[in-house]
Amino acid sequence: METGVAAIDAARPRVGLIVNPIAGMGGRVGLKGTDGPDAVERARSLEAVPVSGERAAIALATLGEKATGGVDIVTAPGELGAFVAQRAGFEPIVVGNESEIAGTSHDTIAYARAIGDAGVDLLLFAGGDGTARNIHDAIGVEIPALGIPTGVKMHSSVFGTNPRAAGELAARFVEMSSGPCRESEVMDIDEDAFREGRVSARLFGYLRVPYQRSLVQGLKSGSTGNELSVLNGIATAIGQWMTDDALWILGPGTTTRHIATVLGLPKTLLGVDLYRNRTVVSQDANEQEILRQLDATPARLVVTPIGGQGYLFGRGNQQLSPAVLRRIGLSNIIVVATPGKLAGLDGASLLVDTGDAALDAELRGYVRVIVNQRQESMQRVT
Amino acid sequence: MTRVRNFHAAQWDEPLILELGSPGERGYIPPAVESGIQDVVGPAEELVPAAMRRQAPPQLPEISQPGVLRHYLRLSQMTMGCHITPDASLGTCTMKYSPQINEHLARSPQMSDLHPLQDDETTQGMLEIIYGLEQMLCEISGMSAFTFQPAGGSQAIFANACIIRAYHEDRGEGDLRDEIISTAFSHPIDCAAPAVAGFKVITLMPGPHGYPELDALKAAISPRTAGLMMTNPEDTGIFNPYVEEFTRLVHEAGGLCAYDQANANGILGITRARENGFDLCQFNLHKTFSVPHGSTGGSCGAGGCTEELAKYLPSPKVEFDGERYYWDYDRPDSIGKIRSFHGNLQAVLRSYAWILAHGSEGLRQVAETAVLNNNYLQQLIQQIPGVSIGYDAPGRRLQEVRYSWEPLLEETGVSSEDVRRRMVDFGLQGYFTSHHPMLIPEPFTLEPSESWSRSDLEEYGRVLGHIDSEARDDPEFVQSSPHRASITRIHEDALDTPEQWAMTWRGWKRKYGDVATPNA
Amino acid sequence: MNDQPGTHPYIPNSAPASRQAMLDAVGVKSVDELFEAIPASLKLGRPLNLPDPILSERDLKRTLEAILSRNTPATSVISFLGGGCWPHDIPAVCDEINSRAEFLTAYGGDTYADLGKHQAIFEFQSMIGELVGMEMVSAPVYDWSAAMTSALMMAARITGRRKTLITGTLPGDRRSNIDLTAGEWIDPEYLAFDQATGLMNLDDLRQKIKDDVASVYVEVPSYLGGIESDVAQIAEIAHAAGALLVVGVDAISLGVLAAPADYGADIVVGEGQALGVHMMYSGGLFGFIASRDEPRFVAEYPYLMVSIAPTRNGEGWGFGWSSMERTSYDLRENAPDYTGTTQWLWGITAAVYLSLLGPVGMREVGEGILQRSAYAMCRLGELPGVQAPVFDRAHFKEFVVNFDATGKTVAEINQALRARDIFGGHDLSRDFPQLGQSALYCVTEAHSKADIDQLVSTLEEVLA
Repeated sequence: METGVAAIDAARPRVGLIVNPIAGMGGRVGLKGTDGPDAVERARSLEAVPVSGERAAIALATLGEKATGGVDIVTAPGELGAFVAQRAGFEPIVVGNESEIAGTSHDTIAYARAIGDAGVDLLLFAGGDGTARNIHDAIGVEIPALGIPTGVKMHSSVFGTNPRAAGELAARFVEMSSGPCRESEVMDIDEDAFREGRVSARLFGYLRVPYQRSLVQGLKSGSTGNELSVLNGIATAIGQWMTDDALWILGPGTTTRHIATVLGLPKTLLGVDLYRNRTVVSQDANEQEILRQLDATPARLVVTPIGGQGYLFGRGNQQLSPAVLRRIGLSNIIVVATPGKLAGLDGASLLVDTGDAALDAELRGYVRVIVNQRQESMQRVT
Repeated sequence: MTRVRNFHAAQWDEPLILELGSPGERGYIPPAVESGIQDVVGPAEELVPAAMRRQAPPQLPEISQPGVLRHYLRLSQMTMGCHITPDASLGTCTMKYSPQINEHLARSPQMSDLHPLQDDETTQGMLEIIYGLEQMLCEISGMSAFTFQPAGGSQAIFANACIIRAYHEDRGEGDLRDEIISTAFSHPIDCAAPAVAGFKVITLMPGPHGYPELDALKAAISPRTAGLMMTNPEDTGIFNPYVEEFTRLVHEAGGLCAYDQANANGILGITRARENGFDLCQFNLHKTFSVPHGSTGGSCGAGGCTEELAKYLPSPKVEFDGERYYWDYDRPDSIGKIRSFHGNLQAVLRSYAWILAHGSEGLRQVAETAVLNNNYLQQLIQQIPGVSIGYDAPGRRLQEVRYSWEPLLEETGVSSEDVRRRMVDFGLQGYFTSHHPMLIPEPFTLEPSESWSRSDLEEYGRVLGHIDSEARDDPEFVQSSPHRASITRIHEDALDTPEQWAMTWRGWKRKYGDVATPNA
Repeated sequence: MNDQPGTHPYIPNSAPASRQAMLDAVGVKSVDELFEAIPASLKLGRPLNLPDPILSERDLKRTLEAILSRNTPATSVISFLGGGCWPHDIPAVCDEINSRAEFLTAYGGDTYADLGKHQAIFEFQSMIGELVGMEMVSAPVYDWSAAMTSALMMAARITGRRKTLITGTLPGDRRSNIDLTAGEWIDPEYLAFDQATGLMNLDDLRQKIKDDVASVYVEVPSYLGGIESDVAQIAEIAHAAGALLVVGVDAISLGVLAAPADYGADIVVGEGQALGVHMMYSGGLFGFIASRDEPRFVAEYPYLMVSIAPTRNGEGWGFGWSSMERTSYDLRENAPDYTGTTQWLWGITAAVYLSLLGPVGMREVGEGILQRSAYAMCRLGELPGVQAPVFDRAHFKEFVVNFDATGKTVAEINQALRARDIFGGHDLSRDFPQLGQSALYCVTEAHSKADIDQLVSTLEEVLA
């Protein structure tokens, strides 16, 4: 680790850091998230301890240790990042000053933008789903970003599996001077509903996240096995099937969007889109619209699990309501996912939570998942 | 011995052979061409069309015979074969003792100087051995016929996939039945082989007990099912107790079942492919049947099948007419050639001798001791605080266990790869982690075959326990290992980076400059 | 035999005291409890019906030696059998190194425990690279057949095409291997060979090649021993159509024949058994694949490759498996081709052989083969009714001899030769019926002039 005043080396990679200092406070006192000032106040009153900084420091220390070529940290002042960077042994470049901090989620958005404007190769953020949403609002998919998991709600798949893993991934990414990335979901739920015991997660968008499984850039030209060729394989498998005159319904996600792209069809990333005879019937359809289109003709639904927890239904695609699924018929549901996605699931199974217990029970068991042109995996649904 | 071994590997700092010697040295003189020949045919150069003559000589080493011998002896000293160290490390590989007597026999001219096209009358001895091993393996597996042409387990499994293909084609169902079902903890080749043979592959993921649930199989079976290709016990050492149901359901659906018996060491004489309902199987002679692994071959994947499928086995095949043995080339239904000529028959000879030295009781002793050794080692390993064992499997693990260092990683930052490098500092082979997909985090797979003694296993367990303690006291030390091996830690990324990798010396020179390697 | 198995010399823990102590430690009364995971219905429940064990090493040795004595090693007679597995002289150092327990009993151990094994394989790859003129070389693969089939599949993936034009002299073994392994992925089409020269018919090639051809496959020397006179022309024709040129070689020829890279090969495959490995009834075969070091080629190699890599402290280097994500080990069902345990021990042996011979030895051994085989052709051609060689072109090591005019079949001739301790050339009448009663004769540096003269005089006697 370097000591003293760090020389700013233009050739050295720059990693942004933003810490949501209150993320994760709620978890240990039984609150489900700390989004909104009331929740923070309640958390503080319950003597919640800030854990975000502690976990962020682990990630940053790992980054410093593993990135042997050296790395510069660009961060926000005080507990939004600078303190953590210093604790991990860095002399960070700080944008803005502490007096500007408002103590709300706007801080995350504003500083993430400022750090992005200062020029970084990667933005590390410590927090939970709420923080990921803020980062998504601030930078979209322009700058690669990676979450250090410190929050309570972790539906998004933009986080390292633990702080140390996040640090290692970041180190590998900068050591390879910007390694491979892929778009991963930012999910969040309505915290009020969550605190009342109801879950209602939405897919908010995507962040561009470093991707660990394919470290070898040079072999991207390989004709098999890499992420792109796998996606193409899935698209080919679906394309060979999509020759009937059924109503084809594509759920949200990058995998389904890739299928549409390969087939030359437009596709909204977050919405449910409808096609017939390989032409668009309806885009970003809501439940009513889908039901309206589900006339007497048969329909096929292509879905991919959403988020790090692997929800097939009930998170991020609520348009596909129990009524819709029953009208389509469970035997007409086609599940697609890359092997990488399946391997990255938190649990071994796919999850369903449609809000209709009887339907959920019917969906449980084993489902065929198309994982490449000529490959399927039997995946348990619970 | 109750402490860990104070070991240091040979560290010869040996240059590449291409950098040794000096111009004009040589290690071998080919037989001189007699003048009587020279006189008739003239200079050799004129016997090659001008466009095809070699212009510049190949840049091979110029070095004397003792120089070559010394170099490769030094390299051998920096290689940890399983006759040097009790290799419980390479799980799924069944490292065991290869009796020296078999080595002597296999290297006799009566084996090593046979040509594959010699007349059968001049190879009756080898043909008898091949036929004899076939009969033995038929009894051990319950199958009816074996081929020894495949040069390894993968080739045998590929041949099995081709036999399944041929079987359905013959029944007019080749186009309909295009799906092979396999399991995630079977060896990757059980998925790769059918995929190369043109099948769609459906992988069953493990259920809570570590093996795939029957419901997963039921959901996968359809009129498209061509067959099932799986290992059992799987690479976790867990025996799928529903295997009989698995094969029954696949048969009812019209499919064939192929048993990858790479993990057969713990079930010899205990249970057989036939009773488990399989139509095809393969044994890796370098694993279960003691053929030395040869630094990665050559060995033999012995492929077995039922009487009904025997006609599909690769051609030719040894037959016996009651008086003489012969190669039968007249096999019109055969899938054809997987390897040129006959296969690695030097492996067949060794396995034949090995089985003769054991008999029925001996093979059972092998299986029982392998499983006992594994359970004993597991007892030692699971006391190590940084180790966990996934899956709540019913009954005991058989010949191996896939463990996890996840607790150690979480507590200390020391990974399974770090421990693997550090092991070498104690004179142990670095263990095998896991095949893909890596469903168990920070995996390591240990298989203590029957060849290792109780004290060998205790030493093994002690070393892993010691490294666990080191990880807690000084994780950096374990992470920066090895410290007493033949070399220090390399830049692993260079192996996978096109600008940095080099598979040849000329590649190295181009990428790293026309300079000698660091040791030269 | 006792009913209770005794302590077996190969099994340390078969000693009763150790076994009991371990059963106690594990907490089971009997070893049967360890197998409870296996349903009772699946258990065999009876002893295997196998021959009684031979526990004495002396008895085992006598039993096996008695069986083996019924074999006649090709080295104990004069043998002219080749056809892809050849009799060459084996330097004793080769046998010494490949019988070292360290190499013999190593397996998948990696970078640190098995430095020597990896360095030897890297040296093998390096020296094959020198012979063929390529920077990228695989670790040893199964054999020439497998290397060839894999290379043709690689070419199909690299070009995105399926049609593959293949030399018409390809032997049945290799044709069958293509059908079996690559049948789903390439469409092989065999080119005619010139009936007078035995070489590739370039007109046929020009006619068949279109922009749907992935690769053209040629062998130097061909299975029938012929040396193509100008492969550079074949390369030009292939490249003009956007196809790759895949060349198959017998490695021992490359001290005297041009490096395939020099005449335009894109991928080189070949057989290495001639480099210091015994024939072993065909167990000595092993292959290799080589190409330029371009990621689009490397990404398609299905086999293991050993790369060199610097150490972190900058004071040395080590080796490891490169880019495993190409292989079926990582790709599983995504794999376009498969690999596994192949033939590394022979790769190490070939490294020893090439080091012993060096550039001068490789030239000399190649020259010796050229001259001896030319001499044999010359002498055999003098026999009445014998045409040798059938093809009027340059040959390396092997050549076709036709006996049609003698009125005898090759089978009859070979039987008579065998009675006189000579193994005649391989009968081609099954694989190449168009060649009539022909045999493929193989002459190497292992043959003396006296051996060849004896063949000629014996044949004279047999044919009389």
